[in-house]
Amino acid sequence: MSAISLKNLDISYQSKKVVRDVTFDVAEGESFALVGESGSGKSTVLKAIAGLAPDWTGEISILGQARSHKVDRDVATRCQMVFQDPYGSLHPRKSVDTVLSEPLLIHGLGNRNSRVIDMLAAVGLDQRFRFRFPHQLSGGQRQRVAIARALMLEPKVMLLDEPTSALDVSVQAEILNLLKRLRREQGLSYLMVTHNLPVVSFMCDRMAVMNKGRIVEIAPASALHDGSFTDPYSQSLYAASGGNPDRKEMA
Amino acid sequence: MTAPLLSVENLRVSFPTPAGRADVVKGLSFDLGRERLGIVGESGSGKSMTGRAILRLIRRPGHQSADRMMFDGLDLTTLSEREMRKLRGARISMIMQDPKFSLNPVMTVGDQIAEALRTHERLARKDVGARVIEMLHSVRINEPERVVRLFPHEVSGGMGQRIMIAMMLIPQPDLLIADEPTSALDVSVQAQVLDLIDELVRNKGMALILISHDLNLVARYCDRILVMHSGKVVESCAAKDLHEATHPYTRGLLAAVPRMEETRDELPVLDRSAWSGT
Ligand SMILES: Nc1ncnc2c1ncn2[C@@H]1O[C@H](COP(=O)(O)OP(=O)(O)O)[C@@H](O)[C@H]1O
Ligand SMILES: Nc1ncnc2c1ncn2[C@@H]1O[C@H](COP(=O)(O)OP(=O)(O)O)[C@@H](O)[C@H]1O
Ligand SMILES: [Mg+2]
Ligand SMILES: [Mg+2]
Repeated sequence: MSAISLKNLDISYQSKKVVRDVTFDVAEGESFALVGESGSGKSTVLKAIAGLAPDWTGEISILGQARSHKVDRDVATRCQMVFQDPYGSLHPRKSVDTVLSEPLLIHGLGNRNSRVIDMLAAVGLDQRFRFRFPHQLSGGQRQRVAIARALMLEPKVMLLDEPTSALDVSVQAEILNLLKRLRREQGLSYLMVTHNLPVVSFMCDRMAVMNKGRIVEIAPASALHDGSFTDPYSQSLYAASGGNPDRKEMA
Repeated sequence: MTAPLLSVENLRVSFPTPAGRADVVKGLSFDLGRERLGIVGESGSGKSMTGRAILRLIRRPGHQSADRMMFDGLDLTTLSEREMRKLRGARISMIMQDPKFSLNPVMTVGDQIAEALRTHERLARKDVGARVIEMLHSVRINEPERVVRLFPHEVSGGMGQRIMIAMMLIPQPDLLIADEPTSALDVSVQAQVLDLIDELVRNKGMALILISHDLNLVARYCDRILVMHSGKVVESCAAKDLHEATHPYTRGLLAAVPRMEETRDELPVLDRSAWSGT
């Protein structure tokens, strides 16, 4: 069974098609990247899976279960999304405690107090942050809260949309380490959008390269070591990212 | 050696806080020849304030001071505001991160570039038009005759940034300050825009200050690098030696960047307590 399975997925906004014929599987426990220029449709693919872009045709299944076009509460317990901008995705007047308790409340889950305390510890946030508001947190702390919120319902599949693009490199390193550890500890599968190829090399097993709404190539992350891409667009993306300077020096 | 183009000594920028004035640039000194200098550091380290202070663009309640700020024989600390305005754009230009905030939304692209040129040079109208088209060509904009009639919202991010560059370079300044000029752009467009800045800087023998949070990017496009941390330069080195940097903060930053061929299971994180923390 795959964590995520997409078949011939077309996605439109206001009847304008922006994603065409996307087909790939993310294996259980796998970390899979979607890369490509802005506007190529990466976020749209994640949104369709999460139910935030309802105008699609084709097949989407999550952990073997096909998703419908409707709001699907059941999907939320299996699959959650984390956005790029922790400033925009957290409500400014809700405390960390409220943000983390809410999903439990909505899904009628108990033990909320201890679950919040445990989750803060799991994402490396001191308990003193529990009653703070977003503006009282740094960018990295906010992204930890966003990750904690996504994990509250103990989903098995995480959709990560540029989770570290707004962060400084040192904070990015902390968040990437956290995501890697959580995946290992909780047996998660990741579908991660990024424009940063070295982040793919650190975090992912495979990647799909998107261009103008289509997937042009699916490659193992090891293709980043030597640039062994087959599609010209993937090759140009790799070159624009500077290639692999460590190998250039050896050559 | 001849006198440097820009010489800065003990530059300070401060802002009022509830606990009194706080320095965000804390006594920066450097000399700049006709070379490409990178200023790199994490957000909040004072890079943008340094760039703005060179142009004396720190707005109230911010305050700047320097023991010395000489640009090509001119004392920037004593020039009148009127003289500074003449200097800005004409001899020192600045490209900001987001063209959307730097371009005038109600003026066509052509009119804005023409205005940039006219404020610094007296030219006949038809010559202005020709220079604008030529400049758009040199920043690799196709069909410049069509583009001059567009408004900023009608162009893509990458094209907007190229238009900004055209506007900043058309008066042929001696120094270009580029503050995160490509951070809002895609990697593929980033490389094009930086290659373009690089080519124009080299061809015209200009000096460049490239401000960025991206260590590898400044290493690629600069000759020399200043590493800033909380308002101070913690390390200065030749760009080619960046990877042999010795300061623990620089080393920590470098180590935290994932590599194209990543073999580490965990990325080393900065021990913030060692540098008073950000
Ligand atoms: N809510 C929306 N309504 C209409 N068009 C949209 C919407 N969101 C994105 N688009 C368009 O869909 C295309 C793909 O966007 P997106 O998936 O956000 O790309 P990426 O994440 O790769 O940058 C773009 O052309 C974008 O302008
Ligand atoms: N208007 C302001 N009032 C108070 N502090 C400010 C203001 N503008 C900037 N700062 C502070 O100055 C410091 C340096 O800012 P900046 O030069 O923009 O950093 P960088 O460009 O390196 O990210 C930051 O800590 C920032 O919070
Ligand atoms: Mg996106
Ligand atoms: Mg800045």
